[in-house]
Amino acid sequence: MKPTTFFKRALALLAGSVLFGAGPVKLLNVSYDPTRELYQDINAAFAKQWKAKTGVDVEISQSHGGSSKQARSVIDGLQADVVTLGLAYDIDSIAEHAHLLPANWQTRLPNNSTPYTSTIVFLVRHGNPKHIKDWDDLVRPGVSVIAPNPKSSGGARWAYLAAWGYALKKNNGDDKKAQEFVTRLYKNVPVLDSGARGSTTTFAQRGIGDVLLDWENEAFLALDELGKDKVEVVTPSLSILAEPPVSVVDRVAAKHGTTQVAKAYLEFLYTAEGQEIGARHYYRPRSPEVAAKYASRFAKVQLFTIDEVFGGWQKAQKRHFDDGGVFDQIYLR
Amino acid sequence: MSLPFKKPSILPGFWPAFSYTILYLSLIVLIPLSAVFLKSVTSTWSHLWRVVTSPEVVASYRLSFGASLVAGMISVVVGFLVAWVLVRYQFPGKALADALVDLPFALPTAVAGIALTSLYTENGWLGRYLAPLGIKVAFTPLGVVVALTFIGLPFVVRAVQPVLADADAELEEAAASLGANRWQVFRLVIFPIVRPALLTGFALAFARALGEYGSVIFIAGNMPMKTEITPLLIVTKLEQYDYAGATAIAAVMLTASFLLLLAINALERRTRKFMTMG
Repeated sequence: MKPTTFFKRALALLAGSVLFGAGPVKLLNVSYDPTRELYQDINAAFAKQWKAKTGVDVEISQSHGGSSKQARSVIDGLQADVVTLGLAYDIDSIAEHAHLLPANWQTRLPNNSTPYTSTIVFLVRHGNPKHIKDWDDLVRPGVSVIAPNPKSSGGARWAYLAAWGYALKKNNGDDKKAQEFVTRLYKNVPVLDSGARGSTTTFAQRGIGDVLLDWENEAFLALDELGKDKVEVVTPSLSILAEPPVSVVDRVAAKHGTTQVAKAYLEFLYTAEGQEIGARHYYRPRSPEVAAKYASRFAKVQLFTIDEVFGGWQKAQKRHFDDGGVFDQIYLR
Repeated sequence: MSLPFKKPSILPGFWPAFSYTILYLSLIVLIPLSAVFLKSVTSTWSHLWRVVTSPEVVASYRLSFGASLVAGMISVVVGFLVAWVLVRYQFPGKALADALVDLPFALPTAVAGIALTSLYTENGWLGRYLAPLGIKVAFTPLGVVVALTFIGLPFVVRAVQPVLADADAELEEAAASLGANRWQVFRLVIFPIVRPALLTGFALAFARALGEYGSVIFIAGNMPMKTEITPLLIVTKLEQYDYAGATAIAAVMLTASFLLLLAINALERRTRKFMTMG
């Protein structure tokens, strides 16, 4: 065999395997910390549905970490077909810094591209020895609060904004009083971990602090793992509607030829099946039917949105969490 | 004009070895480091200046350099003692103790950090006895020093041990026979022999401590202005998408560390020279 024919044949073989022998379609979902268990179930259910519908196998890999860290990896070249992060600002950053998806990505799927929501609740020690019922109890002297650093953790930013929103409401919109309240709260924080899981470990494994500010789903997960004889979940009277959004990363998906399946994957989250899986993992469903079915899982709590109180993520980020912002001021005084 | 090199030794292969060294240093050290500097100049100077001089960052330099310095000094004292015991005495389990010294090298630093934190928190095994005395270790600068000493110790031990083993016992005997007491023997005979090695060990421990991240973030508590180390701030800046700011802090740290190491090396060379002139 002449070398040229050999190459031609090898090439034909290669092309054939790409066109016909196509192995499973591969998707990479880059997500934030607490969704590990959720997406394991979603992926299995979606793969089954997609196979039944199109006959194609789909293999979904997951990557987890702090929300901003994950966004930065995508900016730096992690090949994510879809991102499912802790807050819209992080996906905005991918659009802004790497132009991998259009700036209006959040309008492409229903409900601000957020198929499920969550909120911020308190995890306290068994029997609630410090009688922590609401946000006011967190600023009492002698109460030690565990929360991650809002500059590096998505969940912590939601927690910070929830406290701020509560104080605003209580003081009839007095911004100064809200700042005072949040400052007092963070003076009660002895350790600032960089992410939600780190704080959960500090609180649960190392036994530090009286109360942990956490994602609702993460708090219930900790409750399941640690047992009801160790910790309790306390839901405050008012909290923030945390919207962890999802999006296809257009340019990466186009390059991989996975745009269609990536879209279907995210749309699956909105179906009854996807919503039920979410609810089982303590994410609040958007669908009213599924929400009604799982109503007993979620405490009734008055929720406000970031748009209502802070005018959206861009504004909130700039004022509170950027360098020299309000959060930095707490520690400079 | 002569070459700026001293006449190479009669050993063959000077040029290949020298070129290889330069190539290797460039690929592994210089190019990545220059990338740090290049990346930071993608922003305006005023932004960079504001970042590297902001109070939070300045407080972190103080902690990082201060704690590393203290930890390096503790490592020198304790490391010398450990090396002394390992070289000069025979005792059961010596081989085991010798191997234990290297453990901090092999242990993932995060594991060390978590272990030290659980030991030293107020309800930890050690922390509970220190708390009534008013000594808090975990989540204070003291905790940072403890973690940095832990990782720095083996550098000093391993630098001093061979030098101490090579030192002739006859010298000490001679000194003693000439009427020197134990303290004089140590001060005038043993210490000058190990001084360059101690300096090397200190430089290594100090440099390692400056760059340490894994173990410290667990025990430090990471409170702004109080217990945030500089490497943590670099990571935080990255997480805020401030690449230029992160690399600017990194550049400041690199420059400062480089100057300090240069000074320590110069000091070490001087002591060596002093010794050979004897």
